[in-house]
Amino acid sequence: MAVSAALALAPRLRVAPRDPAAETEALLGVSGWAAQFTPGVALEFPDGVLLEVSGSLKLFGGLEALLERLRRGLAEMGWSATLAGAPTPRAAFWLALAGKQEFIDSVAGLEAALAALPAGVLRCGDGTLEALEAIGVRTLGELRALPREGVARRLGQGLLDKIDRALGLLSDPRNFFIPPARFRAAIELPAEVTQAEALLFAARRLIVQLCGFLAARSGGVQRFVLRLRHRDRAATEVAIGLVAPSRDAERFTQLLRERLDNVTLAEPVREITLQADDVVPLAGRNLGLLLEEGKAAGDWEHLVERLRARLGTDAVCGLVLRAEHRPERVVCVSEPDSKQLHLDFGERPFWLLERPKRIAEIGAVPHHEGPLELLAGPERIESGWWDGGDVARDYFVARMQNAALVWIYRERRGEGGWYLHGVFA
Amino acid sequence: MAGTLFSFAALLERPDIWRGDNLSRAGTSTVPSGFPELDAELPGGGWPAGTLTEVLPAHEGIGELRLLGPALAALSNRGLRLAWIAPPHLPYAPALAAAGIDIAMLVVVRTASPIEALWAAEQALVSNACGAVLAWPQGAKYAELRRLQIAAEGGRAPAFLFRSPQVAGESSPAALRIALGTAAGGLAVHVLKRRGAPLARSLLLPAIPPALRSKNHHVDRHPAASAAARDFLTRLVHA
Repeated sequence: MAVSAALALAPRLRVAPRDPAAETEALLGVSGWAAQFTPGVALEFPDGVLLEVSGSLKLFGGLEALLERLRRGLAEMGWSATLAGAPTPRAAFWLALAGKQEFIDSVAGLEAALAALPAGVLRCGDGTLEALEAIGVRTLGELRALPREGVARRLGQGLLDKIDRALGLLSDPRNFFIPPARFRAAIELPAEVTQAEALLFAARRLIVQLCGFLAARSGGVQRFVLRLRHRDRAATEVAIGLVAPSRDAERFTQLLRERLDNVTLAEPVREITLQADDVVPLAGRNLGLLLEEGKAAGDWEHLVERLRARLGTDAVCGLVLRAEHRPERVVCVSEPDSKQLHLDFGERPFWLLERPKRIAEIGAVPHHEGPLELLAGPERIESGWWDGGDVARDYFVARMQNAALVWIYRERRGEGGWYLHGVFA
Repeated sequence: MAGTLFSFAALLERPDIWRGDNLSRAGTSTVPSGFPELDAELPGGGWPAGTLTEVLPAHEGIGELRLLGPALAALSNRGLRLAWIAPPHLPYAPALAAAGIDIAMLVVVRTASPIEALWAAEQALVSNACGAVLAWPQGAKYAELRRLQIAAEGGRAPAFLFRSPQVAGESSPAALRIALGTAAGGLAVHVLKRRGAPLARSLLLPAIPPALRSKNHHVDRHPAASAAARDFLTRLVHA
């Protein structure tokens, strides 16, 4: 039917051009997600995904439970689907094409079920379909009732072979879908979005797809990126890092929510893309005999992730000691839980100032809120000529007038002078 | 009559009720402070877990971290995490390691604003994933402290809030409040508030001055920078 004719019949009809590339991408996305239920996933372009589930029924708790998971997952990803099942892939696909949500569990019932399907499910050319209509054949049953030789001569053997494959009389081998090594999926938003929080709803669909993809590979990710595409500006990237690999959709969503709360959009968003490059194997975890065990460790990772999602990755860090004499280089900021050296440094303050603070010298005595009383020292630290950051200092422990203990040094280079570098607390 | 008396006695056995003239021996768990004279005055014999403890040092550097050192060391050596939220400076790992704290258990959270610090502290307390939470909130209001107190309740972590001594007069939901000052060269610990009878006198803990070790210099000089070496080279060239 022409668009003009359709609009004449239904003036409020919304017409959208088909986008074959987007359809294929969606089909591949659904296949990657569905691979978590069975390794046997085959594509039926342009609109079908075939799952070989007979080996998966026990694992997922029966057909009904499996269908429930399929339906829920597809709905969460924003797809509507017709689910049908049969002992042969082609019969299952035809049932779905005809819009029949039927599940046939034996070859014996196949013939009767297929006989009622319209001839259109054969997806042969328009000419063949017209020829069938002209001789009064509307269903597969009516087609099968015709003499085979005549049909083969007039409409081609291919048509009969298709039906025989659907009935299981001919073999119907399929190439199984191999999921890509990386995950990347996009959603074009139906309307431009200006509030970052509103993106969460669309992003959630992609997260469900990502988690299915990861489940299929028994893997997890430690980092994923949500890219927000604008019309004119470069895309905004929202990267989420995790302490340990995971494929927990709820956790991903929660972290993304924290991050999106803090994102201000310079321009409306037209499309979002979720990308995860490094899929790492996710070892199954043995539960302790008492379920309480190990709970704290899990919580700990969640805590670090939540803090980082809101405050930024650099805001949460651990400390590591290095074999180094210059006080400001002894500690380097690291990931929490880093391996530690055991080193002995002598007397050191609890607080180190980020930058040494120049203090006055009055009558050869260093002053910081009053004269300082030197308690111990000097400890000479002279080091670092090899990397340009050389220091030459004499460190002292000093007592302030208010009894606080501080760590100060006298610069031995250039113009000298006294500096406050730490507080003993 | 006897029945009434009996039930009254039973009531006093409840862990969450204490008599005004006694210290609470509440069922809440505590972490020994490492100072016996202080433990004797703290309800339960140590820093209380699952509630806020306010530490009000008269000024920075008076010994507020040395006071917590033994407890933090014990917790970290049991494999429990120590969350430092919005500290005023970088905690210096060599000193912490010297105090026996396992610095692998240390996590520093740096925040950009006071409200972020409160949020991070609340998250750390709610998660119940830390062995101790140390936070330096700036200008927290009573309602915000109350949120932290609720977050801390039921947890296993002692929560230390370091606040300025000016707030000593304000009311606070913290179960334990301690002001630190100096006296006679030691650290004067004044318990402002605890569960139980108030403590009138302040405790004097030995000022734990740094062991005055200073003999181990660390000098790495560039060989060419040595004057003697330079002279030697010059003579070599002229020869």
